[in-house]
Amino acid sequence: MLDLLIFYFAAVFAVGGAIMMIMQRNPVASVLYMVVSLVAQAILYVQLSALFVGALLIIIYTGAILVLFLFVIMLLNLRGEHFGDKQSNMGRTSKIILSLILFVEFAALFKQIGFADRVGTQAVDVAEDFGSVEMVASHLFREYLYPFELTSILLLVAIVGAVIMARKDKTDREREEA
Amino acid sequence: MVPIEYFLLLSALLFAIGAAGVIISRNLIIMFMAIELMLNAANLAIIAFSRMNNVVDGHVFVFIVFTIAAAEAAVGLAIIIMVFRNRESINADKFSLLKR
Repeated sequence: MLDLLIFYFAAVFAVGGAIMMIMQRNPVASVLYMVVSLVAQAILYVQLSALFVGALLIIIYTGAILVLFLFVIMLLNLRGEHFGDKQSNMGRTSKIILSLILFVEFAALFKQIGFADRVGTQAVDVAEDFGSVEMVASHLFREYLYPFELTSILLLVAIVGAVIMARKDKTDREREEA
Repeated sequence: MVPIEYFLLLSALLFAIGAAGVIISRNLIIMFMAIELMLNAANLAIIAFSRMNNVVDGHVFVFIVFTIAAAEAAVGLAIIIMVFRNRESINADKFSLLKR
């Protein structure tokens, strides 16, 4: 019963934060609503006994990635005129209906898979240390060592790409001098 | 214990909200964040399936998805900075060069 209560609490915040996030015009407020949504999602992770990944969600997502977003918004120094005009109600309604259809499709898909006659629906009992740091780490460094090493290359490529992209190139500097 | 379907439905809802954010919002940064939200919705589904089948492999996948999200944020935000520097705007409707 308490489980269900916590689930509904976290789900309301996750969905509410997400909806508020996409409705904002000011990106700073949007980032803060995203933080609300992500912390609620971390609660859900913990409910699914994914303690390590739930902690990572808060540390990496809200701690690093969203702060990077805030940092870029600060760097761009946006003002009101950059946020664009209000959208017509017609266009907005049709887009909302379109995404509602997407949700219904997903829900139908999950129904079609038919969890009802599967054993796992009511969530089997898992080991005490399921999702703990030790268990995830032993999987990560034994079975998935090669993909794990590949992600380091991915990060290297991302660093190089970001530096090259954000650097002022020669033509920019010439334009500024002129 | 909460049934797994609830988590799956919630993840579908979050994914739909993310998709709505990408098509409704015209602010490049908010569109980008909506994409991150869609990644997170998929992560939630992976974690739920992982719990359902009593295997930790899903947690490893989510860990790798976090890495990809970080790389994506770094490169994507660099692109946004470039775009803003060239066009003085982050309104997606203003970028219609290929439309003509």
